[in-house]
Formats: sequence, C-alpha cells, structure tokens
Amino acid sequence: MNARGLLRALPTMLRVSFAESVAYRAEMFVWVLSTTMPLVNMVLWMAVAKSAPVGNFGQADFVGYFLATFAVRQLTSAWAAWLINWEVKQGTLAMRLLRPISPLWGYASDNVAGFPMRVVVALPVVLLSIALVGADKAVPQHAWQWALFILAVLGGWAITFLANVAIGALSLFLDSSQKMMEVWMVLFFVCSGYMYPVEFLPEGLRTVIDWLPFRYQMGLPVELMTNAHDLPTALGLLARQWAWVLGMGALAVGLWKQGVKRFAAFGG
Amino acid sequence: MVRRYLRLLTVQLKASGLQALQYRADFFTDGFTSLCWVFTALAPLFVVYGSRPEVEGWSFGEALLVVGWFTLLQGILEGAINPSLTGVVEHIRKGTLDFVLLKPADAQFLVSTQRFLPWRAFNVLTGLGLFLYAFMLLGRGPSPLGLLTSVLLLGTSTLLLYSLWILTVSAAFFVVRVDNLTYLFTSIFDFARWPSSVFKGVAKGALTLVFTYVIPLALMTTFPAEAMLGRLPAQSLVGAVVGSAVFAWVARRVWIRSIGHYTSASS
Repeated sequence: MNARGLLRALPTMLRVSFAESVAYRAEMFVWVLSTTMPLVNMVLWMAVAKSAPVGNFGQADFVGYFLATFAVRQLTSAWAAWLINWEVKQGTLAMRLLRPISPLWGYASDNVAGFPMRVVVALPVVLLSIALVGADKAVPQHAWQWALFILAVLGGWAITFLANVAIGALSLFLDSSQKMMEVWMVLFFVCSGYMYPVEFLPEGLRTVIDWLPFRYQMGLPVELMTNAHDLPTALGLLARQWAWVLGMGALAVGLWKQGVKRFAAFGG
Repeated sequence: MVRRYLRLLTVQLKASGLQALQYRADFFTDGFTSLCWVFTALAPLFVVYGSRPEVEGWSFGEALLVVGWFTLLQGILEGAINPSLTGVVEHIRKGTLDFVLLKPADAQFLVSTQRFLPWRAFNVLTGLGLFLYAFMLLGRGPSPLGLLTSVLLLGTSTLLLYSLWILTVSAAFFVVRVDNLTYLFTSIFDFARWPSSVFKGVAKGALTLVFTYVIPLALMTTFPAEAMLGRLPAQSLVGAVVGSAVFAWVARRVWIRSIGHYTSASS
C-alpha cells in the first residue's frame, strides 16, 4: 500500500471509527468514569498535604496535578493490546488482514477517532481544575507552553499506542499476551507519575525512570500542563520522549511484521 | 431445603475446581500478576510515608493493614464474585438466562455460584502476607478479641461486596451493554485502598459520608483493620453488621424486581 492510497483511505477510516465511537458513547462514558485512580490518589495526597506541603506540592498543587492526570489519561489512553489479543484469539484478525491496508492503521484510527469524545470529557475536568486551583496551576500559561504540552500529549499517546501494538503483537508468538500487558500496566502505574509525581521518588530511582518510557506516557504531559518545567528542561524531556516514540515504533512494527507471518486464523 | 442448596453449592464448586485444575499453570501466572498489582497499592504508601510518619492518625504499619484487607477482598471479589456475575451479564445479553430461570432452584443462588476461579484468589494469600508484615512492623500481634471481630467483619464485608455486585448486575437488565460495568465497579472499589479518614478533608467530609453509608467502602476495609488494631468502637461493629444485613436485603429486593424486567432475547 503506497502513501497515496493510505492518505485516501484514512479519512474514511477515521469517519467510520468516529461514528463507532459516537454509537458506543455510553460505553465510553463508563470507561471514563472508571478512571478513578487519579482521584483515589488525589484524596490521599490531599490528606498528606493538609498540615504542611510535601516538597513543592501544597494541597492545591495536588488537586491541579491529579486533575491534569485524569485529563491526560483520557487523551493518551490506548487499548489496542486487548483488541489485538481478542482478534488473534477469535481469528477475526483475518478480516483486517484482507484489507489492502495494514491493520495497524485500523487500530490507530479506532483510537484516534475517540479523541473528540474524550476531549469533551476532559474539558470539564480541566475547567473544574481551573476553578479550584487557579489557571496558573491547572493549564499552560504561554503559547510555547501550550505547544509543548500538545506535543507531549501526542508523544505520550504514541508511546502508549505503540507499546500496546508491540505487546499485542506478542500474542502472535505466545497465544496470549494479556498477562504481559498487565505487568506493563503495573509498571506504568508505578513509574509514570500516575499515582504520585515522579519527583517524590528517591534520586537513584528517578534516574532509572528518566530512561524508561513510562514517565513520558503520563508524567511529562502532566508536568507540562501544570507548568513544572522551564523551557530547556522541557525540551530535553520532550526529546527523550520522542526518542522513545521512534524506538517503540520500530519495535512495534518489527514485532508485528514477524508476528503476522505466524498468524493462522482459527475457526472457519 | 438448606441441605439441597449446600449440595448444589458443592456440585458447582466441584465443577469450577475441576476446571481450575485443567489450567494449573494459571496459579503461577495469576499469582505473579497479583503480586504485581499489590505493588501498585503499596508504591504510593511507600512514597507517602517516605515524607510523613503518620497520615490522618494512621502509621505505615496500620495503613498496611487496610491495604491487606483491600487485597484480601480483591481476592474474594476476583475469585468468587466477579466470575459468576460477569456470567450473568453474558446470560442477559444472549438471552440464555432462560435456562437458569427454568431450573427448580433460586436464580440468584444459581447465577452467583456458577463459576469460581480459585487461582485468582491468590490475592487472599497476599493479603494474609501483608497482615503478617504489618504486625511485624507494629511489633505486636492482634488481640484475640480483635481477631475474632475482624473475622466477623470479613463476613460482613464479603456480604456487602456481593450485595453491591448484585445491585450493579441488576442494572444489566435495564442497560444491556454493561460489560465494562465490572471495571467501573472494580475501580470504585479502589477507593477502599486507603484508611477512610483520608477522605475527611475532601468536600467537607461529604465523601466520608458517601463511602460509609452510600457505597460502604469504609466498612469493608477500614473497619476490619481497626478491629484488628483493637480500636473499632462497639457501635461501629453493630452498625457494620446491621448495615450489611440491610444492604443484602435491599440488593435481594432489587434483584427480584429487576428480574421481572428480563425479556429473553429473540429466538
């Protein structure tokens, strides 16, 4: 499939995926509601910061941080690994492979088309955050900060999605890679800044985390949203993030290409 | 009557047990993932107690007890409650609930016992491990009376969890697409990770009220932990027992009403 064909097919694919995401809006709403983890951790940290701030974080900072986490989570989530596992197991991946375009584009468009609906959900949360803690702790203040934030959200989504594809492709080698996805999720929870700002971790651990992809999935966009970094630091971190996007992309495509060769459709 | 249901329960348990034995390797994979997930519950505690010796009157060891109860109940939820009730949602959607309703035994009993996943209950072991670790940190054991009360509360917690589940599943009769209600439920249960007093500061204590009376998460994990520490007031204990009984009764009523709304799928 050449690039021109891809460009012609994508708008239609996105339209179909968008229509699907509208059709299943109730289901999506339940998914959004089940993103309670940031809120669970917010109340914990608020209780901790009640008497005195923790590091640089007072109660208001925690509210800003975790509401941002909630919003970013909506914008960067991907579920391709579960979908791929399911389709490999059911054999329905065959249907996707019949199309003259890589299934990866299909998964990506399913994911991207959910964006508008997710923005609709994330927006009120951001507004609430502004109302509660003030704009300077809730959203970027300057144009360049907005630009970097958007770039970081895109990068965060890309890493999440590509990691999903890579792990999903492993199901072609291992029958099921769902457990592996769970392990990945655990690492993501612990290392990404999803449950606590990564700056609270001890120095040694933080250096390790700086080299792992997880922080760039969640922590970096959130930090940029709450204005935690100056320009040079932000650019440095963004460079690392996009290096991970490229690395993860190569890994995902490589695994997928090798894996698909082993695919045997089960059933009729 | 009781004997008949006990016999039915044994049959159902045996079927699930045999099935679990077919997938023995799951014991290790499920055990491993369970340990991983426990780590996500512990990580924030380590970070929090790295900067504070005490949060809202709970030391690290004491908060660990709450996490232990959380983990233990999660084991019960995933091993005994979740699998059956996910099956109900499936039944309702496909219309195969007919076959259950036709059987000469109580439908709620049948659907609640249809499937157990013993390996998923690994969390129960992890929870017990956390108790041991917590009491080692605290440097003392639980009082015999405290232990007895907490075992009683284990019963009420399980009953509460089960009743909440029945209420959630009853929704499936009205909105058919609720596969992910199970996720919603599990993620609301996440609020039970911490001692309930951390909610005091939020929204002027409204959240504490919600989590004590509306969705009684505090009763499930904080109360038993306090009982183990021997500091649960007697009226809370009575409240928990009466409350969970009332909750179970309401859930039963709602189930009976909802099942009246069941319309079998076509053909």
